[in-house]
Amino acid sequence: MIQVFLPKNLQSLAGTGRSVELEVDGDVTQRSVLDALEARYPALLGTIRDPKTKKRRPMLRFFACEEDLSDEPIDAPLPGEVASGKEPYLILGAIAGG
Amino acid sequence: MSKVRVLVGTKKGAFILNSDGTRKSWQVEGPLFPGWEIYHMKGSPVDPDRLYASQSSSWFGQVMHRSKDGGKTWETVGNQFEYDGNIGPHRWYDNSPHPYEFKRVWHLEPSLHDPDTVFAGVEDAAIFKSTDAGATWAELPGLRTHHTASEWNPGAGGLCLHTILIDPKNNDRMFAAISAAGAFRTEDAGKTWKAINHGLRSSHIPDPDAETGHCVHRIAFHPTKPDTLFMQKHWDVMRTDDGGNEWREISGNLPTDFGFVVDVNANEPNTVYVLPITSDSHHFVMDGKLRVYRNKEGGDGDWEALTKGLPQKDCYVNVLRDAMAVDELDPCGIYFGTSGGQVYASNDDGDSWNAITRDLPQVLSVEVQTLK
Repeated sequence: MIQVFLPKNLQSLAGTGRSVELEVDGDVTQRSVLDALEARYPALLGTIRDPKTKKRRPMLRFFACEEDLSDEPIDAPLPGEVASGKEPYLILGAIAGG
Repeated sequence: MSKVRVLVGTKKGAFILNSDGTRKSWQVEGPLFPGWEIYHMKGSPVDPDRLYASQSSSWFGQVMHRSKDGGKTWETVGNQFEYDGNIGPHRWYDNSPHPYEFKRVWHLEPSLHDPDTVFAGVEDAAIFKSTDAGATWAELPGLRTHHTASEWNPGAGGLCLHTILIDPKNNDRMFAAISAAGAFRTEDAGKTWKAINHGLRSSHIPDPDAETGHCVHRIAFHPTKPDTLFMQKHWDVMRTDDGGNEWREISGNLPTDFGFVVDVNANEPNTVYVLPITSDSHHFVMDGKLRVYRNKEGGDGDWEALTKGLPQKDCYVNVLRDAMAVDELDPCGIYFGTSGGQVYASNDDGDSWNAITRDLPQVLSVEVQTLK
């Protein structure tokens, strides 16, 4: 099971806790994880990436295993620790005021 | 006995304020959607338990919610707002061409006849319609493709369509207002739109006959007199008696005619309320005094300051364009929310005021439902 950590506003929107666990079929990539996340929690559609272009929203970033993966190719395999569920895939909101 | 439900959108969540018809004692529910900017919430006049809410966030984009039980529970609905057809440019702040981009929903206007039909006014300026209770949205592109649209500039808050009024006597007739393009009217349910800005004067527009370009902050009418519209423009309070074909200024003795809100008493179509704000560079009330101004002659008589119960020293709040509303009781209740998080209410046509609550986040919008 893949662990995904969500920012607070998305937790309340999806009705989840800090993390969710997802089954991902096939290769574990950023695209497949986000597809699985949106399929399980449709309320999140459009809040993490553009629903049409699938481009990451500018004030969000993706991390795993202490690495910033935000600008990595979306179809590149995620680290084995994420695929095995040892390490979470983190979706973070920009630290900005307001 | 009647009840009143006040829907308050704030910078960090939504609140629902409930009272019986006396409007003396209030219960505050919330925050709903904590952390989200709630640009607007509004209920269906056909089914008051049907509510729609627009959440916007710089981080997470646009989210829409619907309630079928008066706000007790909510479900997420469609948040895809795609412009229809060719996406042309508008003017950016420096007057250069800038492509239309959807940013957020500013205003929701439920149909007067069908609880599943609701209109959305969005930034960059366009009007969308849902006929399936918010599940899907389709643009009425006639407004965004108006022959003047490529010349529209954004106001300081963006190129936003913030006001939608539906004529109760003619469902195909609607009014819309855009900052900073002006006011528009459709007679064919949104297929085509006519700019209705003749008589408006703005110092930044040298041509007195300019078809568009005016920063209209708000328009309002009484449902029994949909040809008589009142407008709070960036500067100037205006009135028309022919559905917008010709406007005339009614600022009269107001201490300043800059402001955002304008509304009409539910029982007296000629009684109008505004809340003057010092200036476009000083977005707070004048002289530290929070004063609503009322005109009982539709702008032709003197404006009177309504101050009883409102702070008259050291007050420096703003009241945004969608943050005043009236109920349908007699005497009429008037409600507004401030940038300081206060929601004030009057249950006597504005003669006196009380704060329903004082410490909410910055208020973005206020709507009222009269539940009979």
